[in-house]
Amino acid sequence: MLEITLSVLIVVGALFTFIGSLGLARLGDFYTRLHGPTKATTLGVGALLIASVLYFSTRDEGLSLHEILVTLFLFITAPVSAHLLAKAALHLRVPSIAPPPAEAEDPLADTRARAGD
Amino acid sequence: MNLRLLPHPILTPVLAVIWLLLVNSLSPGQILLGLLLGWAIPVFTLRFWPEQVRIHKPLTLMRFFAVVMYDILIANLAVAALILAGPKHVKPAFVRMPLDLRTDLGISLLANTVSLTPGTVSAWLSPDRSHLVVHGLKVKDPDALIAEIKRRYEAPIKEVFEPC
Repeated sequence: MLEITLSVLIVVGALFTFIGSLGLARLGDFYTRLHGPTKATTLGVGALLIASVLYFSTRDEGLSLHEILVTLFLFITAPVSAHLLAKAALHLRVPSIAPPPAEAEDPLADTRARAGD
Repeated sequence: MNLRLLPHPILTPVLAVIWLLLVNSLSPGQILLGLLLGWAIPVFTLRFWPEQVRIHKPLTLMRFFAVVMYDILIANLAVAALILAGPKHVKPAFVRMPLDLRTDLGISLLANTVSLTPGTVSAWLSPDRSHLVVHGLKVKDPDALIAEIKRRYEAPIKEVFEPC
């Protein structure tokens, strides 16, 4: 029973991670590609980590909860890196399917706002 | 609350729990060490955390986390389906969303949540912090998207961290 649960979790995790990478290859422009790694992979990695918790908690003595930290750090870092990538892309005027907001393309907006204070 | 001795009452237990998870043990020595680190790190990095964090409605916070977890699950399925359906079904758009939140913590929490949930990534914050530019993977109605983010995420964050 445990082995079936573990295998299902690992296969589901691998599947979602794969779909996330597939999105990276298939989607049209930089900004839509950004969606794949930030989302489809969170569930994939989540499923893999639950499988890891189950496996090590039943095999070794005692609970193994390291994986909660991995989830936590992933949830903190994935959106931050996505945000910075998107911001950098806006400044560099990377080609986009959706019309980008004009003000965000101004690379000096932040500097100017600070100087204006 | 003594600000110099215990500058961030919430950060201390959080750091202690993170320490215990890292060493994967619940022995008294590790708990003590965790509490010591949880106390020392906020004291030594005091200048790094200018804002006092106060949680006003813990129940709303719990409900917010549950909603976000559920949305992450749905977001994954929706984005996976979109990717498999192919690039033709994608209809991306940038949406300019006015912010009600004012504090650094509130805005970063909202931006992180937006990036983790259905087909949206936060892309840009206006220098005066009045607008967040959000990139949506499939946007039918920008106004509906803004209303949804405001109702589901911004309102509870504001209630918990910035009551006026």
